[in-house]
Amino acid sequence: MRLRRSVVRAFLCLVFALVVSASVFGGSYVMAQSPGSQATVTEQSQADRIAALEKEDAANKAAIVAAQQAGDNSWMLVSAALVLMMSGPGLALFYGGLVRKKNILGTMMQTFAMMAVITVLWGLVTYSLAFGSGNAFIGGLHNVFLRGVGLTPDPSYAATIPLQTFMVYQLMFAIITPALITGAFAERMKFSAMLVFMVLWAIFVYSPMAHMVWGKGGLLNAALGGRIPCLDFAGGTVVHVTSGVSALVTALYLGKRIGFPKIPMPPHSVVLSFIGACMLWVGWFGFNAGSALSAGTLATSAFVATHFGAAAAAVSWSAAEWIRQGKPSALGAISGAVAGLVAITPAAGFVTPMSALWIGLIAGVFCYFMVAKVKGWFGYDDSLDAFGVHGAGGTLGAILTGFFASSAINPIFGAGKATGFFEGNWMQPVHQLIGVAIAWSLSIVGTLIILFIVDKLIGLRVSEEAEHEGLDLSQHGEEGYDWAH
Amino acid sequence: MQKIEAVIQPSKMDAVKDALVDAGVEGMTITEARGHGRQKGHTEFYRGREYSVDLLPKVKLELVVADHMVDKAIQAISGAARTGSIGDGKIFVSKIDEAIRIRNDERGEIAL
Repeated sequence: MRLRRSVVRAFLCLVFALVVSASVFGGSYVMAQSPGSQATVTEQSQADRIAALEKEDAANKAAIVAAQQAGDNSWMLVSAALVLMMSGPGLALFYGGLVRKKNILGTMMQTFAMMAVITVLWGLVTYSLAFGSGNAFIGGLHNVFLRGVGLTPDPSYAATIPLQTFMVYQLMFAIITPALITGAFAERMKFSAMLVFMVLWAIFVYSPMAHMVWGKGGLLNAALGGRIPCLDFAGGTVVHVTSGVSALVTALYLGKRIGFPKIPMPPHSVVLSFIGACMLWVGWFGFNAGSALSAGTLATSAFVATHFGAAAAAVSWSAAEWIRQGKPSALGAISGAVAGLVAITPAAGFVTPMSALWIGLIAGVFCYFMVAKVKGWFGYDDSLDAFGVHGAGGTLGAILTGFFASSAINPIFGAGKATGFFEGNWMQPVHQLIGVAIAWSLSIVGTLIILFIVDKLIGLRVSEEAEHEGLDLSQHGEEGYDWAH
Repeated sequence: MQKIEAVIQPSKMDAVKDALVDAGVEGMTITEARGHGRQKGHTEFYRGREYSVDLLPKVKLELVVADHMVDKAIQAISGAARTGSIGDGKIFVSKIDEAIRIRNDERGEIAL
């Protein structure tokens, strides 16, 4: 045992040394390409030649703009599909493997239902509430039924992609955010109550939060004139804090699963969860790098930061587990990667790869501590750790963004102006804290009110018999695994 | 006729099967099983939470043999299944009153 621990410690020291040396010696490289042009010179008068050159120049410029638009649009469509893949197979498999086998279809169905129901709702009203023009807190109703959301770009959001591309990309975020909450109340909530809860939650919690951070004139929108410039590149506050905190509130309101924590409820298939987590990691490139809303260098920067953040957190969660329990588990490694992806989400387009590494390393240990220790101390039944990973990781990531953000990566406050704390913008962590506090408050208050209403209207929990029987049979009349055939 | 039931480590199944065939046993039934003896199980961790797993994977063999074959079969099983560590399994022997071959209604040892 002593030998094993010393091997682990030596390994960790090696990783630490590598990180430090990489931080010191690491650099960035800029590669430039100069487009070649060929001019055809003919025997003409000087005026004719100048006119011809001007015409050619205008044609070249138009071609470059068209190519850029096509490139940006193709990347954004791919990103939108990647983000949907995070819900569809990704989260559904990740969560599905973590529940007991009698609940796999019920759990997967909750995520799938979000793909359908939230999409319909988005077209009807929530896109307009989140991204339409309105006040500092919520958008208006000008874009209900997607009126005015056509193929012409809206320059305030993204100048080079059709507004419909932007709309459908943001829709994928609106789908996965409520789907993340389902991890907290897994194995015990009525399907009907879940649907009503999620529709109300998307309208009254998600839409205002998305508008405040990303909408035109939103209170926290650093890029579009918000009064409190909170940095949230791909949804640390909008997606992870709101879903994680709402998840905790729902788990507390609903109560524990029957038998928790006395009856063992281990995951029924870590294999499914493993596949799901790997799909989440891949899909997250669309989530974070796509949030650049173009296919340029910022997308590359966010892509790289995302990957380093995830890998570092997988390393640090595994290391923590190895030291405390003697073995690095597969579930621990994938949980660490997800925690790192969550924490790097708000920072992705603002930090260097080495800052991303630090954020990931901190997030892996912090989320492991929240899941393995803090949950036990308080005794709440957050079934699949939606709060422990998304709420805690999202909050941590949002605050760390305020420290690590760099104007060299994204001069969002203007060229040469300090962005993060380490650059000298001492107020940024405070702005981040305000953003987080607003997300926590809205999530707690909004979720509590919605839960109360749904509970009084149709009841939240399945009956005791239905819970014993499992959600697959009691809610959907099917079984995920039919052992008899 | 006697029935021999043996609960053994899954990893020893092929060796035991070969030893029984070498000893002249013709038929057997094998089932995947879970269980534990005196040693109980082991501990698993999921996200820091401890679960004690006390039903471990085992393989159960059942065979019915003529009286003169019983000792040979027992020796074959215990010889091939032994690792010397805890959890090697158990062999149970019981009497069988009758055996019937369904295909042609033969009865007794000839039906084995």
